[in-house]
Amino acid sequence: MLEIENVSRVFAERKGMFGTSPGVRALHEVSLSVRKGESFGLVGESGSGKTTLTRQILRLDTPTSGRILFEGEDMARLSPAALRALRAKVQIVFQDPYASLNPRMSVHDIVTEPMLIHRGILGLNRQQRTDRAAELLDLVGLGPQHLYRHPHEFSGGQRQRICIARALAPGPSLVLLDEPTSALDVSVQAQVLNLLIELQQRLGLTYFFISHDLGVIRYLCDRVALIYRGEIKEQGETQRLFDAPESDYTRSLLAAMPPDVRRVAGR
Amino acid sequence: MTALLDIRDLHLSMHSFEGAAKVLSGVSLSVEKRQIWGLVGETGCGKSLTGLSVSRLVRTPPAEYTGGQILLDGTDVLGLSEPQMRALRGRRVGMIFQDPTTNLNPAFRIGTQLMDVALAAAKHDPAILGLQPGAGRRARKQAARKLAIAMLTEVGIPAAESRLDDYPHQFSGGMRQRVLIAMALIGRPDLLIADEPTTALDVSVQAQILTLLKQMVAAHDMGVVLITHNLGVVAQTCTHVAVMYAGTIVEKGPIEAVLADPAHPYTQALLRAIPDRSVKRGQLQGLAGAVPNLIHPPPGCRFAPRCALARPSCLEGPPPVHTRAPDHAVACPVVKEVQNA
Repeated sequence: MLEIENVSRVFAERKGMFGTSPGVRALHEVSLSVRKGESFGLVGESGSGKTTLTRQILRLDTPTSGRILFEGEDMARLSPAALRALRAKVQIVFQDPYASLNPRMSVHDIVTEPMLIHRGILGLNRQQRTDRAAELLDLVGLGPQHLYRHPHEFSGGQRQRICIARALAPGPSLVLLDEPTSALDVSVQAQVLNLLIELQQRLGLTYFFISHDLGVIRYLCDRVALIYRGEIKEQGETQRLFDAPESDYTRSLLAAMPPDVRRVAGR
Repeated sequence: MTALLDIRDLHLSMHSFEGAAKVLSGVSLSVEKRQIWGLVGETGCGKSLTGLSVSRLVRTPPAEYTGGQILLDGTDVLGLSEPQMRALRGRRVGMIFQDPTTNLNPAFRIGTQLMDVALAAAKHDPAILGLQPGAGRRARKQAARKLAIAMLTEVGIPAAESRLDDYPHQFSGGMRQRVLIAMALIGRPDLLIADEPTTALDVSVQAQILTLLKQMVAAHDMGVVLITHNLGVVAQTCTHVAVMYAGTIVEKGPIEAVLADPAHPYTQALLRAIPDRSVKRGQLQGLAGAVPNLIHPPPGCRFAPRCALARPSCLEGPPPVHTRAPDHAVACPVVKEVQNA
């Protein structure tokens, strides 16, 4: 579904007011493939290149070298119209639900906006868009009675549900989840994770899940890749990677994880 | 023997346009030297306010202490004057906050910032700098610089002497948090309040910082209150844990006791929500409902509206606290009945 082939991204040296900022090799020969219908996890510390890679997939940035294929097509070769169509298929949910919803827009406007942008593809009129927004709110467990409220009336978990509804609005097949639960309490995180699992089963979505929380990754993902300083250190089935890590980096990361709370109790 | 910190039945209200929110309702917590207490709970349950109250950093008004005491070595902090408080902050009580990037002044070298704290603490206790009272300004400054270098070395910053003249932006997040720990410890406090010290950091750095914290407790004979929402961090670091919900402590005790035998339905729910090794996909249990409105809190047990075990009697009055095991206290009468049955 998504093929990332030898992608590198180098930010060139820049001369500025305070001198020269050195060039940065943010991604180096990254290759990954995400299969249809699976949850693929990308784990890395801050500064490891997770976000840079996400930006390449969304085509918000262009790789210095390498190719990204979505459903077999090279994203770099698409016409502007085809790229717009592709953007309906690839959606994202961001980390901070407090910063990613416009406080002046109602939930209705937030959720229908992507349908408005992609109306050429979706072909929905105003009434149909409103109906679909109500359906989507139902789907994410909020209910249509919230349509005309504003973001400040919602808790963090509810806001993240709105962000998910917005991402689903144009009917994507691939959803990028950029640390969707790290701003939430554990009890709320559990609900959002379960919602994501349920939606994946119902809608046949493919997830590209970015996180630094290994516990969440283990819970949700089929396969995982570990990125460190722009390079993939290890990738494979989640179970295998946690049970028998191959690289030293993976081992050190697993060792740094907080212990299982239930195990501490038994010590 | 008096405890290092003894919070007794603390009540705090926040005045707002809609009325007074009872944000802390009868919080009691006792911390001894060498104990690391984890204070856990969801957002808005009063963890940070409890921590801030100890160094009286909650602004009054809008806040108002409506009852209780905060005894630090037997002295009620709530009765002290502001100059007395100033002598106490940083000296007796050190604090570390969540975000290491915003708690250092970007315009000053970290050495300057560390020395400022050391010199301020030395005003109240010249022994911190190892000088006789009445030592000259120059001598004090030199001693403060030496102390700053020693502290940075102690918290694991390599080449501390050369880094003293660096600015905060030249440090990584983990290193900045180390600088802040050094700053909190420079006045040799007896009690350290750490409010989400690792939430902004990567797991590998988090593990380093928590290990450092444990070392510092052992080396300086301190007591620590570690505020976090991460039970994994508590399991990794703490000797004791207190679980807060909507301004009350629902369960507290030694970490092994509470984690092995979580008694309060809220503690159990929090533990069930953690994606542990044993949990299969789709089996994680969230906690339905939301934290109650604290302006009109539910009568009786504040967790009752979300509790699976709740009975009509739970709404009648504040739940009695019973002792389940030595030092393991639970504020839930239903659990006790179930246990006895």
